[in-house]
Amino acid sequence: MNQIGRAIPRLEARAKVTGRADYVHNIRVPGMLYGKIFRSTVPHGRIRHIDTSAAQAIDGVHAVITGEDIRAIIREPYFGPAFHDQPILALEKVHFVGEPVAVVLSPDPHIAEQAVQAIEADYEELPPVFDEVEAATSSAIVHDVLRPAGTFADLKHLAGRKNTNVTLDYHLRRGDVEKAFAAADRVFEHVFRTGQVLHVPLESHAALAEPGHDSLIIHTSTQTPSFVRTEIARLLGWPENRVSVKVPFLGGGFGAKVYVKLEALAAALALIVRRPVKIALTMEEQFYTISKHATTFRIKSGVTKDGQVTARACEVWWNGGAYADIGPRVAQKSGFTAAGPYDIDNVRIDSTEVYTNRPPAGALRGFGVPQLVWAYESHTDLIARELGIDPVEFRRKNILRDGRPHATGTIMKDAAIDKVLDRLAERMNWQAPFDRGNGTLKRGRGIAIGFKASISPTTSGAIVNVSADGSIVLYTNTIDMGQGSDTAMAQIVAEVLNVPAETVKVVHGNTDVAPYDMGTLGSRSTFHMGNAVRLAAEDARAKLAALAAEVGLPVRTNYDVKELFRKRYGMQAGNMIGAGTYIPRYTAPDPETGQSDNVTPFWMIGGTGAEVEVDTETGHVRVLRLVNVADAGKPINPKICKTQLSGGAIMQLGFTLYEDMVFDGGQVTNASFADYKIPGFRDVPVMESELVAAAQETGPFGAKGVGETSTFGVSPAIANAIQDAVGIRLTELPIKPEALLRALRAAEGRPIEEDS
Amino acid sequence: MSTRRDIRFTLNGRPVGVAVDTSRNLVELLHELGLFGARESCGQGLCGCCTVFVDGEAVSGCLYLAVRLDGKAVTTIEHLDADGNLSLVQQAFVDSGAFQCGFCTPGFVLMTHQLLVQNPDPSEDEIKHYLSGNLCRCAAYPEIAEAVRAAARAQKQNPRQKPEP
Repeated sequence: MNQIGRAIPRLEARAKVTGRADYVHNIRVPGMLYGKIFRSTVPHGRIRHIDTSAAQAIDGVHAVITGEDIRAIIREPYFGPAFHDQPILALEKVHFVGEPVAVVLSPDPHIAEQAVQAIEADYEELPPVFDEVEAATSSAIVHDVLRPAGTFADLKHLAGRKNTNVTLDYHLRRGDVEKAFAAADRVFEHVFRTGQVLHVPLESHAALAEPGHDSLIIHTSTQTPSFVRTEIARLLGWPENRVSVKVPFLGGGFGAKVYVKLEALAAALALIVRRPVKIALTMEEQFYTISKHATTFRIKSGVTKDGQVTARACEVWWNGGAYADIGPRVAQKSGFTAAGPYDIDNVRIDSTEVYTNRPPAGALRGFGVPQLVWAYESHTDLIARELGIDPVEFRRKNILRDGRPHATGTIMKDAAIDKVLDRLAERMNWQAPFDRGNGTLKRGRGIAIGFKASISPTTSGAIVNVSADGSIVLYTNTIDMGQGSDTAMAQIVAEVLNVPAETVKVVHGNTDVAPYDMGTLGSRSTFHMGNAVRLAAEDARAKLAALAAEVGLPVRTNYDVKELFRKRYGMQAGNMIGAGTYIPRYTAPDPETGQSDNVTPFWMIGGTGAEVEVDTETGHVRVLRLVNVADAGKPINPKICKTQLSGGAIMQLGFTLYEDMVFDGGQVTNASFADYKIPGFRDVPVMESELVAAAQETGPFGAKGVGETSTFGVSPAIANAIQDAVGIRLTELPIKPEALLRALRAAEGRPIEEDS
Repeated sequence: MSTRRDIRFTLNGRPVGVAVDTSRNLVELLHELGLFGARESCGQGLCGCCTVFVDGEAVSGCLYLAVRLDGKAVTTIEHLDADGNLSLVQQAFVDSGAFQCGFCTPGFVLMTHQLLVQNPDPSEDEIKHYLSGNLCRCAAYPEIAEAVRAAARAQKQNPRQKPEP
């Protein structure tokens, strides 16, 4: 039965269109208390005093808990995947406006909310630092001492370091960049910036912790149930099997719900008051929880006069905010791709992540890559224009092809960069004349391509359970947050065990029954979990074959499973368990040079073409058409893959034109959908998505990840199109009408005066 | 500090009498009654996740005080397949893959019902305009537009009609 490549509807489609899909928000248990969080009002300060007496006196308040109450039951209440730097509630210091300082518990969430207003905190304010470049050398130090978690080898050397905000300084060295610059015909240098933005899944984070007498169940909206279990067990000093993490569907994740967010707080509170505690954030509180790094990227290229890039130097600063979260991995994992999908002999990359007194930054759909592509593809277009070479031709000349070494030294394989570029140019009808608009409405078009490595080395495990009636359950800790993983995994099981995918049941997100998985992030699930699921299903198939031999049935590719079990057990009884674990091969990069012969299990390739219309009277940009071309290997469910492509591109369109966290003295001032505008129906241009014919040899049935791929090229494609339309180059995201209008007017020689 | 008031209203065709806290909004009341299809997301009436029908008209449940329901009729997403069959709109959403995470989906489905009652043959621009008060962070907008067109076609061809909300 051919289950791979079928565009079947999602398994949970009916539950979702009827409003009956399960989310953490729906869960209520007897005796449950609601927690509401009191947050810091200063960006950096020492806590002098927290007065909770008035809050505690309010009728209906069960308890008010501070960081010191938590320290009484958890001696070292600090968590985080890269650094153990984040206290469950603030201790001694606060590090950003919005940091959780205390929690009110009440059976009535409205009373808890009201009581939060009655808490008062007194801080000795310390000088803050907000800018990522300043923070690298600032005398304002966010954390007194660095506390790497010990999980990652390249962070261990930072343990105990003082007087620095640098959480990671990653370096790549290949060839001799300075010599190549000296020999180049032309050298180009530009600086690009991106603002801080955030995920805002429509389901805000929620966690419900239920304490037992020697155990804890946490229902939570997490993308990483296995990590949550390990981290909560570590904090409590418990064996992992006493912590159960259960995850229903997620109302969106995009990286906001990786690692620990509310789980440690809910767990600690539940253990302190010995009652179930639920914490559900409001939309505003998402702005104080996790975000995407603001960046500054200085990029310099040496080029021959016929358009060969011979050297590239990249300096990237990542604004990590007040807690490291997974930011240091972003700086490294994305950092090594900062020179772009080009074949360049001499490359230098310095990628530095810093603490600042802003809300923390972590992983957001692309893990830093969209910020990098924004810079290198804007830069690439600028060079092509300066040299008078067509931007597509310039890219084609320099592109990194299979068989050639990437800047890390890894030889490219199954990376259809050339095909993506070719199909993009064809779809954009690049050679044909283009309607350039008229009057005050000017049109332009642009393209951009990018690539990303998969996170590695990471592990996934899966269990396939064949029941005596032949029906099948898959146990997996990959979380379906909208990307359609349950359906894709069911298709893999179905392909191996020769049943229709629609008949496979997927039990996801339950650490009591499903094996370890590193996490649903970085577009890793189709490849890693997909391989584990395939192995588990093959294991079950092999065991069924052995059973057939045992009971004297002919060994075939397909069995009457009922008959097998009846023959073995004399009735409809028993089951067959198949298990699979997958870890790809990987070579850790050299710490000095970043060189590795196998830096990633697979590459994701994405290209975007944009057609825009600029209103020269207002600076307003209308995107008319977005074309997204991707190498996702051989897609398991092409329909779902294409929905991922258009969804990712529209999200990145928001980060390109509308979204920006605005700060005043460290306080975000637009923490609501009234002021922080995400793309709506009217912002959606004509969307086209294409998956090029490709295959990932090591992927399950040739497949690989696709969830982030369309985010790569959107921003630079739009900026390139704007320059094509009106000759103005903007170097900072988001591209707001005001910035473009100012630039247009300045270019006309009639600049708009700055407000005094 | 809270006061309660007795109200009576119709919920998905059935009479309900409850004592409701005057500070509760409609979404909170529905959750207390075990219906979770209407969800609070932005809390400002801007995203449409909390859409329900009150006396046949779509409202933002997060901005609608529950006490105001007294004497009114409420229809939620859970009512659309009360007879065990998906509505034409729901079926179109399934067929078009018009959702990802599903959190905003009930709001889009209900608004599409209301759109097709008012305008059985909406243009592309009318679809975009009518649904511009609903947000989808997964950005399944192209598929949602496709579903609305498919539902409009199905409604034209198929006499099987759901009771109007």
